[in-house]
Amino acid sequence: MSAEMQDDVIKEPSMLKQKAMIADNYEQLTSAPETGRKVAATYVPGNLNELIMCFDMLNNLPEINAIQNGMRKKSGRMIQDAEKMGHSEDVCTYVKADIGNMAKGAIAPNGKPMPVPDLLLLSYTGCFTFMKWFELLRDEYGCKTAMLHVPYTGDGIITDNMRDYVVKQLKEEVIPAMEEVSGVKFDIDRLRENLKRSAEAEDDFVWVLQSAKSKPSPIDAYFGGVYYIGPIFTAFRGTQDAVDYYKILRGEIEARLANGQGPITPEGELKEERYRLVVEGPPNWTSFRDFWKMFHEEGAVVVASTYTKVGGVYDYDGFRHDPDRPLESLAEYCLGCYTNRNLPARVDMIESYMNDYQADGFLVNSIKSCNSFSAGQLMMMREIETRTGKPAAFIETDLVDPRYFSPANVKNRLESYFQMIEQKRKGGGPAKAA
Amino acid sequence: MRSADEIVEACEQLYDDLDFAQARAWKAAKPGRKVIGFMPVYVPREIIHAAGMLPLGVLGGGDSLEVIHGDAYYQSYICRIPRSTVELAISKRLDFVDGMLFPSICDVIRNLSGMWKMMLPDVYVRYFDVPQNYKDDIGGTYYIEELKELKAGLERLAGREITEDALNASIEVYNENRRAVKRVYDYRAGQPWKAPAWEVYLLMRAGMLLPVEEHTALIDEYLVACAEADRPMRDNCRIIMQGSFCEQPPLALIKSIELSGCYIVDDDYMLVNRWLLEDVPTDGDPIANLAEAFLKHSTETAAKYEPCGERKGKYLVDAVKDRGAEGVIFAAPSFCDPALLDRPMLANALSKASVPHISFKYAENSGQMQPIREQAGTFADTIKLWSEP
Repeated sequence: MSAEMQDDVIKEPSMLKQKAMIADNYEQLTSAPETGRKVAATYVPGNLNELIMCFDMLNNLPEINAIQNGMRKKSGRMIQDAEKMGHSEDVCTYVKADIGNMAKGAIAPNGKPMPVPDLLLLSYTGCFTFMKWFELLRDEYGCKTAMLHVPYTGDGIITDNMRDYVVKQLKEEVIPAMEEVSGVKFDIDRLRENLKRSAEAEDDFVWVLQSAKSKPSPIDAYFGGVYYIGPIFTAFRGTQDAVDYYKILRGEIEARLANGQGPITPEGELKEERYRLVVEGPPNWTSFRDFWKMFHEEGAVVVASTYTKVGGVYDYDGFRHDPDRPLESLAEYCLGCYTNRNLPARVDMIESYMNDYQADGFLVNSIKSCNSFSAGQLMMMREIETRTGKPAAFIETDLVDPRYFSPANVKNRLESYFQMIEQKRKGGGPAKAA
Repeated sequence: MRSADEIVEACEQLYDDLDFAQARAWKAAKPGRKVIGFMPVYVPREIIHAAGMLPLGVLGGGDSLEVIHGDAYYQSYICRIPRSTVELAISKRLDFVDGMLFPSICDVIRNLSGMWKMMLPDVYVRYFDVPQNYKDDIGGTYYIEELKELKAGLERLAGREITEDALNASIEVYNENRRAVKRVYDYRAGQPWKAPAWEVYLLMRAGMLLPVEEHTALIDEYLVACAEADRPMRDNCRIIMQGSFCEQPPLALIKSIELSGCYIVDDDYMLVNRWLLEDVPTDGDPIANLAEAFLKHSTETAAKYEPCGERKGKYLVDAVKDRGAEGVIFAAPSFCDPALLDRPMLANALSKASVPHISFKYAENSGQMQPIREQAGTFADTIKLWSEP
């Protein structure tokens, strides 16, 4: 999900490819004023990249920019600047990092200024804050905004009414707005071709995620997973680059699997898998590598995570973008994103991960910024413990606000949790939440 | 006839009663009656009423409920209303409620709908979504189907059909109530010393608990009583309270604002009473009419998308003019995403219109009012001393 793979990480071809893809995308974005390419800003959940590409537009994702700035340790200052401008300390730090960055000239990771978007594609999927975020950006940029309201699946199902509503908005609001901004006429066959490539990449992506069912797991599906989701969640779904990336990645994982190897961490290959975890919630980005280290140095491997479903759920119920039902398929994609599913559906999904991936425990990384994920997590945790009998634990951090990452507290809690798993394995009594 | 003080005292008793004795009594009065709870910010109560059920506003636990279990369900950085609402459920104070509606307002209330399904599997639970697209053939079509689904769910619970005639009759009852609510808000804006904000607040809260017909009569009774009450005008400034549409402020906070020298001439405390801005037609297709009213004639608030950037905050600037207000106090619950994310945009609109404003946060159980009184008092003094006449 980031170009921030550090130099000391063992660089496999897939990593190098993704890094090049991301660098090229930022280059295209920052050179848009010269090339004349139009830019759509949109979100990771409900990202309509295949559609954006139909209009020769570039896709700029403000969450990804915030993550990039978080990993580069720049987000703290941006957040404080936004708070000085009147934004509450209580609200999402992605928003404040974005606004703080904007106030300083919106510098992209390549050091060049990010262009003003030509279109704010407000895909309102699974997160209330999205709506306000783009209202705030519209206030600043004054550019055209297209709203795509994706209804929440409150009963855990996608109804015909929901699907029809989203499709109608795509046809009558989003596509006309894109045509107007780009000057390119919509071609549904072009969309079908993009969706075909998406589905191809999604097959390999799912294979990679499900490789973690093996013991030992050849991947870490959370810390490593955030890199694996990069192309499929961002500006590359529907491109040949994404198809190629996942083929290369799959080949690498197949080789690791064949050799019985564990995941690659920033400090090399994990030699001994001691704990298999399912993790709920986004990671902390400002201390990402320190955070990961707290796991891999204890031999803890995340075998499944919900964060890697935030930009689309492809493994759990087999969704694939479908070129034969292009707009319906885009609608179902948006409706099915993880945080657009109701709490009972999320619990069912986690329970299946716990069982299918033979996890030893369930960990919640509760993010201060993100009520969409966080509200209800304590109940989810108790429910998973009850259903699976496996111990659960809870830590608190934030997305990109370094003030809310307390390494000593997180480490202490994790160490206690790993001890609890050990105790449980030895038959040391019932699981209790850490 | 009761005096204004007696009416307000009766309203305060309802407000203080976290066991909902009034609603329990209503339910017990006839076999088969059902009660449907709803959270802020808007549900079409007409459909519940037409099913012969009592809509019951559930607005958290206020400052008198000791939250014991609810805190175990939420992290410290999540607002208080969901935890006190969970407390109400776990402590069996809502055990007479047959269904709960969770409107589309924010991610916390949205997720609470799923928690409710898991906690109370035998209760009818619906996340009530509303369109953020306001075109008839897009958002309207979607919303009509959502309303039909809600109607079908309530019909199953009631064990009977909700007829068009019943719905149109209920729409008329709520039209009357909205007219009465408008009367009291207009009256207060004209003579705020006659109808103090905390009294109007309690009157509006009573509407969350009483059958709508009783509430309308109560408002009219209050207005007559106010006109007869001898209440002196003070040299207060006139302000609008903004941002308190979900988790409610403690009553002491509203009193403190007034004590500090501010007349509250408008607010967004109980938006469900004022959501639809015009009468809904009582003939024709009632579902289509309710949908039309939502799309074309509903209030603006942070939970709704504003499609036109130039219009953002205009409703608040207009309210300042219409109500003759001299300033706006943004009072939002801590960790309230809709109110806090919206605030900078509204504040910009006010600043452009040269309307003074201040902001602070509260929780429904905030106890220390001195800082708020000082801040509001200073604001009032500033307006009195420095604003142009």
